[in-house]
Amino acid sequence: MPEQLSDGHARGARSVPFRGGGFAPKPVRLIAPLVFIGLIAFWEIGSRMGFIGKLVLPAPSEAFEAFRQLVETGMLWKHLGASLYRLVVGWVCGTALGISVGVLIGLFSVARAGLSPLVSAIFPIPKIALLPLFVIWFGIGEGSKVATILFGTFFPTVIATYGGVDNVDRSLIRMGQSFGLPWSSIVRKIILPGALPAILSGFRISVSIAIVLLVAAEMIGAEFGIGAYILLAGNLMATDQLIAGVAILSIIGLTIAWLIGRAERYFLRWRS
Amino acid sequence: MDLQLRNVSHSYGDVDVLDAIDLEIKSGQIVCIIGPSGCGKSTLLRVIGGLERPDAGQILQIGEPPTGSLNPLTYIFQDFALLPWRSVEGNISIALEDQPVARGERKEIIDDVLARTKLSDFRKALPRQLSGGMKQRVAIARALCVKPAVLLMDEPLSALDGQTRALLMDDLIDLWTRERFTACYVTHNLGEAVMLGHRIAVLSRRPGRIREIVEIDVPLSERQENRADLEVHQKRLWDVMRDEARAADRELADA
Repeated sequence: MPEQLSDGHARGARSVPFRGGGFAPKPVRLIAPLVFIGLIAFWEIGSRMGFIGKLVLPAPSEAFEAFRQLVETGMLWKHLGASLYRLVVGWVCGTALGISVGVLIGLFSVARAGLSPLVSAIFPIPKIALLPLFVIWFGIGEGSKVATILFGTFFPTVIATYGGVDNVDRSLIRMGQSFGLPWSSIVRKIILPGALPAILSGFRISVSIAIVLLVAAEMIGAEFGIGAYILLAGNLMATDQLIAGVAILSIIGLTIAWLIGRAERYFLRWRS
Repeated sequence: MDLQLRNVSHSYGDVDVLDAIDLEIKSGQIVCIIGPSGCGKSTLLRVIGGLERPDAGQILQIGEPPTGSLNPLTYIFQDFALLPWRSVEGNISIALEDQPVARGERKEIIDDVLARTKLSDFRKALPRQLSGGMKQRVAIARALCVKPAVLLMDEPLSALDGQTRALLMDDLIDLWTRERFTACYVTHNLGEAVMLGHRIAVLSRRPGRIREIVEIDVPLSERQENRADLEVHQKRLWDVMRDEARAADRELADA
C-alpha cells in the first residue's frame, strides 16, 4: 500500500535547500576552439590596426605565410625529418634503457641501493648544462644531440618505472606465488602490466622533456632541424619564421600527447 | 592428503604472532580457524601454504596429493586478487599457463570450472565489471582449476555484503557436498564457522594459541535446518572468544 502523506503545507512546509552542487568540472565542447580562434583573430586584427607592432609580434597571417614558404621550398621536411629522427632515436633508446633500469631498481635490493641514489643525484641536473660535454664526448653531429635527449628521457622514465613497480598490488604478487608461478611469469604477467599506468604517465613527462632538449641541442651546430630553423630566424630577426617554427613544435608536442592518450586508452582499457 | 601442523611458532620482530600451534587438517574436512582480529589467523594460513616460513615448527603433508593436482595447496584470498587487466577467463588461465597442460586441455579445464561456478556467461568480462560476489566466484574457479588437495581460504566472504555472503555460503556448501574438498577456512565470523566447519579451532589473541577445538558432527547439507544445534555451538564458541576479543580490541597495533 502506498504511504499516506500528511498535509505538509498546512504545517508550514518548505523545500529542503539544495547545497550539493559544484566541484565537478565537466568537459564542455566548443569552448577550447572558440578561445583559440578568438585569440588569433584578436592578434590578427591588432596587427592590422597597428596596435601590435610588426617587429614585436608578426601577424598570424605572416607566420602562416612563412610556414607556407617552408612547405613550398621543401625545407619543412628536411627540418622536420632531422628533428623527428633525433627525437625518436633519443626518446626510444632513453625510454627502453629507463624502463629496464627502473624494473631492476624495483625488483632487486642491490640495484636499488646502488642505483637509486645515483638516479636521484643526476635527475635534477638540467641536461642542457651537459650539452657541451656531450659535444666533446660524442661529436658535434647527431651523437651529441641524440645523447642529450637520451639522457634527458632516461631519468624520468627510471623514476616513473620503479615507482610503478613499487606500487604493484602486493596481494597480486602473493597470488602469483601461491599458484607456483615462476619468477619470470610473475614479472611478465603481474608486475609489468601493473606498472604500465605509471610508465605511460612517465612517457608524457619524458616526451615534453625530449622536445625541450631537442631544440636546445639543435641550437648548437645543427644545419637542419626545427631548433636550428628557429635559431636562424631569431638571428635574422625574422620573427614570422620564428613563430612558424614555434607553432611546429607545439603541433609536434600535441600530436605525441594525442598518441600517448590513444595508447593509454588502448592499453589501460581495463581500468575503471 | 592430510596436513599436520607441529608446534608452529612465528614472530614479527619482537611481536610473537603464533605460539606452539598443533593442528591437523584431515582429507575431506573443513577446518575453520577463528579468533579475534590481529590474532595471527592470516599468518597461520600463509605459513600453512608455504607463503611464509615459520620461526619454529613444521607443516607436514601426509600422503600424496590426488593425481592430477597441479597446485596442492591453493589459496582463496579475502581481496580476491584478480588481475584487473585480464578477463575472467584470463584470470583463471594464469594459474594454468605455467603448468604442463596442453592448450586444448587448458581450455577444457577452464570451461569446466566456469560451468561449476556458474560463470560461463561471464568469461570475457573484466573484473571491474563484476560485483564482489562474482569476483570471489572467479577466484574460487581459479582455485578449482588447479585441482587443489587443500583449499586455504583467508576470510573469503569478509569483503562482501551480507546478502552476497549468504549466497556464496550456499555455493560453498553445495560445492563441498558435491566434491568433498579439504579446506582450512580462516574467518572472524562465528556464523560462517559453524555453517562450514567440521572442526573449529579457536585462537587466542596475540600471540595466537589454540584455545579450543570444537567438532560439529551435523552434516553440512543439514545445517540450515538444524539452526538450533548450531546456535548452541556458536554461543559456546562466543563464550570462549568474548574476553579475548574484548582484550584484543583494546590493544595498540604496534605495542
